[in-house]
Amino acid sequence: MATRLPAVDALVVGFGWTGAILAQELTDAGISVLALERGAWRDTSTDFATTFAQDELRYYWRHELFQRAAHETLTIRNNATQTALPMRTLGSFLPGTNVGGAGVHWNGQTWRFLPSDFVARSHNLQRYGKAALPDTMTIQDWGVTYDELEPHYDRFEYLCGISGKAGNLKGAIQEGGNPFEGPRQREYPNPPMAMTYPPTLFAEAARSLGHKPFPQPSANMSQAYTNPLGVQLEPCTYCGFCEKFGCGNYSKATAQTTILPVLMRKSNFTLRTECEVTKINLDSSGKRAVSVTYVDAAGDEVEQPAELILLTAYILQNVRLLLLSKIGRPYDPTTGEGVVGKNYAYQITSSVNVFYKDKVLNPFIGAGSHGMLIDDYNGDNFDHSGLGFIGGGFIGIVQTGARPIETHPTPDGTPTWGSKWKRAIAESYLKTTSVVTHGAVMSHRGNCLDLDPTYRDVYGRPLMRMTFDFTDNEHRMSDYLTERATELARAMKPASIKVNARKGSWDVVPYQTTHNTGGAIMGTDPATSAVNRYLQSWDVPNLFVYGAGAFPQNPGYNPTGTVAALAYWSANEIRSRYLRSPGPLA
Amino acid sequence: MKTIWLRAAPRETESHPDATQVDAAISLRRRHLLRAGVALPLSAAAGAAVIRREMPWQEGTASAPDAALPGKAAKDSGYAFLNAAEVAFLSAAVARLIPADDLGPGALEAGAVVFIDRQLAGEYGRASRWYMQGPWAKGEKTQGYQSRYTPAGMYRAAVREIDRAVADEGRAASFARLAADDQDRWLKDLEDGKPQLPTLDAKGFFKMLLQNTQEGFWSDPIYGGNRDMVGWKLIGFPGARYDHSAFVGRHNERYPLPPVGLKGRPEWDRRKG
Repeated sequence: MATRLPAVDALVVGFGWTGAILAQELTDAGISVLALERGAWRDTSTDFATTFAQDELRYYWRHELFQRAAHETLTIRNNATQTALPMRTLGSFLPGTNVGGAGVHWNGQTWRFLPSDFVARSHNLQRYGKAALPDTMTIQDWGVTYDELEPHYDRFEYLCGISGKAGNLKGAIQEGGNPFEGPRQREYPNPPMAMTYPPTLFAEAARSLGHKPFPQPSANMSQAYTNPLGVQLEPCTYCGFCEKFGCGNYSKATAQTTILPVLMRKSNFTLRTECEVTKINLDSSGKRAVSVTYVDAAGDEVEQPAELILLTAYILQNVRLLLLSKIGRPYDPTTGEGVVGKNYAYQITSSVNVFYKDKVLNPFIGAGSHGMLIDDYNGDNFDHSGLGFIGGGFIGIVQTGARPIETHPTPDGTPTWGSKWKRAIAESYLKTTSVVTHGAVMSHRGNCLDLDPTYRDVYGRPLMRMTFDFTDNEHRMSDYLTERATELARAMKPASIKVNARKGSWDVVPYQTTHNTGGAIMGTDPATSAVNRYLQSWDVPNLFVYGAGAFPQNPGYNPTGTVAALAYWSANEIRSRYLRSPGPLA
Repeated sequence: MKTIWLRAAPRETESHPDATQVDAAISLRRRHLLRAGVALPLSAAAGAAVIRREMPWQEGTASAPDAALPGKAAKDSGYAFLNAAEVAFLSAAVARLIPADDLGPGALEAGAVVFIDRQLAGEYGRASRWYMQGPWAKGEKTQGYQSRYTPAGMYRAAVREIDRAVADEGRAASFARLAADDQDRWLKDLEDGKPQLPTLDAKGFFKMLLQNTQEGFWSDPIYGGNRDMVGWKLIGFPGARYDHSAFVGRHNERYPLPPVGLKGRPEWDRRKG
């Protein structure tokens, strides 16, 4: 029988970005917070120091910082006619483990979603009519607006020291920024990063076509920065080992480099590592969470009671814990009823390689979020009439650093190995760059998460099953973005280009993005959402669920900025209302 | 300079919540917390690492990589996993995938066979991070790796089965003994999934072989390949440098410095004989 420990006020399950934010906010409110992390403690000087952090094999190809599939994975299939099989090794996305979570190996691409993204259903219905949304497209409004989230976006950006250029200050469009963004109350805390050659060439080409390119907002520091908690970050060195790696230089905003030095020292905070939560326990009414059960490093089961339980693991663990704990009605794609597991979505990407003969681009210099982009084809920034799709994405050159095992493009017609291939690599490596597209994925009735009937994890619990494919909407949209990217690539006047359009079904093998969304979506109606607009479970009001699982569909931007803004938005409501009067907030 | 933030003290306001917040907390406790009854001490969380009021740090705990240099292997052959037939097969195959030519050394000269040997002898070869529970099915193309073989098992079976198929064809006793053109033809056929091998998918094996060969050509030299950083020199990759800030704005200029690895420059570690 599980050992039962004394109760704590608030329990945080998973200690990455959202866990750190919630623990910081709630300890500030004076309550005691315990965080349970399935992985180990890790920090800059011991785990990703500059003396060994630049190791492509160890960190990317051998997955040192990522979740071990042997410990937990999920099964995947493109549609319900297939038998889902386990993702035996990571590929398409790279969930994290250990303290800091995937927020340790993220790029730092820190966006705000467009105001229209938060009202995707009503906005598109109003502008394009009912015929524009197929019956199988299950997109919803979020129940929270851009204006409501704005102060919380701002908070995260100042916590991190985001480098960027505002495009819209209180409604006034700013030269050099993204003219399509929603109004922001003040400028970014740090100026944009210095630019390498390829993004500069892209920006020139984009301007020549009448676009307004802008620097990518970045959690890599353009200069030294001290955040509002008094924690200091150092200038980025553009080493090119950022995405998929830990930063040895204190230059990338992570929980470790922005919050933990303050949070860890508080007397009302405790962290227990190597404790994996396996279940949330409800009382006999089924409407109140009383405790969690976890397995510790010794393999023993422990029951930890708490008044308030916050699920702050990655989306895939959060949704799975809800399903395993039988909280909320599981989604059934055949009837469209139920909510947990509903509206799983992802990101659709493509690229156009740009080959020069006369320009040295030094693609190994880079940072996780270092690029020049255009936003003309994102969200509803352009007229979709007659295009046959909704949504969009950003287009541009992001120079994250061309580590050679991963990045060695060759012109069309080059063999995949042998002497000709070797010659092409030798000639191309320093003179090649890529225009990328990063597109939205709308939610669809058949794309969902549930428990697998066959495969089990190390504890004998069912793995989660992911049923997902790109639909016509995504393919049409991605093709449209790829055509625009091709025009932009040609305007860069290269020797040749190679178009890598996204064709066919979603494939679990090549890395795409770690932008999994949905499954515990937010909304205003318990019949169609798992959590309310404050991320509070409709069924169990002392349980909150964070992360991109709350996204009803996935806009054309990286998710972390919005994940963090939602965490602050929810924390603010817990502090100002829930702690005084625990109960449903909506 | 890099550790300044570790010493950053919490701001006073962060650790002293205002009175109304404390009231709110007390209200929460009154409603629910005090029902907990007789409590076990916190130390009852004995099976967990409990971290309180500190940023843990211990001298000498840095997670340095495991080097895998030639000569470290226990066996007389100098190889940790591969047998003689496998060394012959891989020596021939990697030399066709990335050949030595007028541009410089290829994968064989770079030590890709030693690299693959060390990888197969270690965690990667055992698939220790991979989910390897059954049941097993062939799966769709989009469902990724579904073989029962670990990478080490895959190489062992593949070399045996390919060498057998080559011998059956009658031109040579094994892949390594084929003429270069015939080796290329076999590699191309494997890439296209043409040979029907008894227990494994030819295409899947080829993909793994090509990937591991490129890893042996371009990974840090501490793993046994990329000897003298020949892979990096071929393309102009400067290696494990961590500060390019001075060069970011110098557009269209050749980066002037030679590559470095995690252990330094090739000439610092040249082995004689």
